[in-house]
Amino acid sequence: MSMQLRASPHLHSGRDVPTIMRHVVYALLPVCAFSIWQYGLSSLALIVTVTLSCLAAERISNKMSGTVNTLSDWSATITGVLLALTLPPAFPLWMGAVAGFAAVWLGKSLFGGLGHNPFNPALVGRAFVQAAFPTAITTWAPAFTPQRFVEFIPSSLTLPLMQPNDITTWVSANMVDGFTGATPLARWKFEHFVYPVEDMITGAASASTGETSALLLLVCGLYLIARKFMDWRIPVAVVGSALLLALAFRLFGGDEYPPAHLVLLSGGLMLGALFMATDMATSPVSPRAIWAYGAIIGTVTILIRYFGGLTEGVMYAILFGNALAPLLDKYLQPKVFGARK
Amino acid sequence: MSCQPLQASNMEQLLEGIWKQNPVFVMALGMCPTLAVTVSAFNALGMGLATTFVLICSCTLISMLRRFIPREVRIATYIVIIATFVTLVDYIIQAVSLALYEALGAFIQLIVVNCIILGRAEAHAANNPPLSALVNALGMGIGFTIGLFALGSVREVLGAGKLFGISLFGEHFQPWVVMVLPPGGFFVLGLWLLFFAWLAKRKEAQHGA
Repeated sequence: MSMQLRASPHLHSGRDVPTIMRHVVYALLPVCAFSIWQYGLSSLALIVTVTLSCLAAERISNKMSGTVNTLSDWSATITGVLLALTLPPAFPLWMGAVAGFAAVWLGKSLFGGLGHNPFNPALVGRAFVQAAFPTAITTWAPAFTPQRFVEFIPSSLTLPLMQPNDITTWVSANMVDGFTGATPLARWKFEHFVYPVEDMITGAASASTGETSALLLLVCGLYLIARKFMDWRIPVAVVGSALLLALAFRLFGGDEYPPAHLVLLSGGLMLGALFMATDMATSPVSPRAIWAYGAIIGTVTILIRYFGGLTEGVMYAILFGNALAPLLDKYLQPKVFGARK
Repeated sequence: MSCQPLQASNMEQLLEGIWKQNPVFVMALGMCPTLAVTVSAFNALGMGLATTFVLICSCTLISMLRRFIPREVRIATYIVIIATFVTLVDYIIQAVSLALYEALGAFIQLIVVNCIILGRAEAHAANNPPLSALVNALGMGIGFTIGLFALGSVREVLGAGKLFGISLFGEHFQPWVVMVLPPGGFFVLGLWLLFFAWLAKRKEAQHGA
């Protein structure tokens, strides 16, 4: 009889990183499908381009560092899909490719690969292109144009390194009534206009490729939570703290602040709370630290949206939360069983 | 004292500053001007040459005076000497190119506290004859200028689509705004450091094999 000595834990759930990552990709597929239905070819091309550039960046850094091939752990795929979903549908494809390379190289490879990255790679990629191409990343295109499955939004097919093609004539040629080219958050910030709720749920409001339907994101997120692929505390803490703050501001500040449903349904809050803040490598581990982490992200999002120069703050809020994650884990450790103060 | 070995070591000293001990890529000294003024190739070159001038003059002078400077007040003395040449450079740039003077701003005066210069004075010029100090300073100056130029050219090409103000990609070029902002300086510097570290590692591997 042979005896084996092993360290705990002795039971393995059978889950490994690639399995979890693969299910996150599955959960994102409906979101991708919805955005392709909304924006047609441009959205499809953007998702494919960004994902392929992330995979290429991952492969090149594998080669350069001489490590094993890490394409099969699905992490680069997730980074690519998530990054594409945070970009506007009319974003030029070459800029999407730049974002993909920046995400994987600056966000992950330079730190030593998956698990060593302090920041969510997809958001690093987005932050890079936001700083590099501030105009293109705030140029919005209308959804549900009649020709969307046969033609691209003109700016998608811009030549590499060149300025995006102007889309104003394309917008008027498509006879989109009342298209202002501003997101619900921007219209609130600059005009105090409250977007109709149904537009924000059906995806008619202009927004980034994958953030238009809060409801769909919620359903996909619930799937991951039900299968225990993500910690439910993070999205609850992020959305909950944002909601509480929004209600409080509305209650005590009055009409100067947007209604709470606008805060929840618009922008990247749902996408960020469910799919980006929950990234395992960049979020804390212990329950109390997780609650604090989520609350910080929700609070900072609201503060940026209400008092900052930008209309949307989810990206920087999550990056800020990522930076604090190790500190939170250090100071909010669970009490060790049997330990005395 | 024969002439031949002295010249060989001089050549080595010159290359030391340009390559093996490059102040920007290897020693990572003088980071403040390196990051701040390298938004264009022209600014970078101007800053590099100004620093090289101060470096050569002050190191040579310090080396000549090395026996007369009391140890206790040597840093103060070096600073006075360096500041003298910086004042000179300050006025010269102002006279030659006002545009460059305005672009470089306070960083010309800040050459006084550039740690490359004080470092060279303390580590080399204080213990070596004037010729050796001059060669060493020249090498370091050229190395610093190359470093600044490497950063400045990349940042100008991506950030404005130009090199020395000459447009490279036509008028429809999309500038990468981040490259002329401070984060761009850190990104480009980081990538150059990475590149040189990679080169060094590869060379080491080749020698080992």
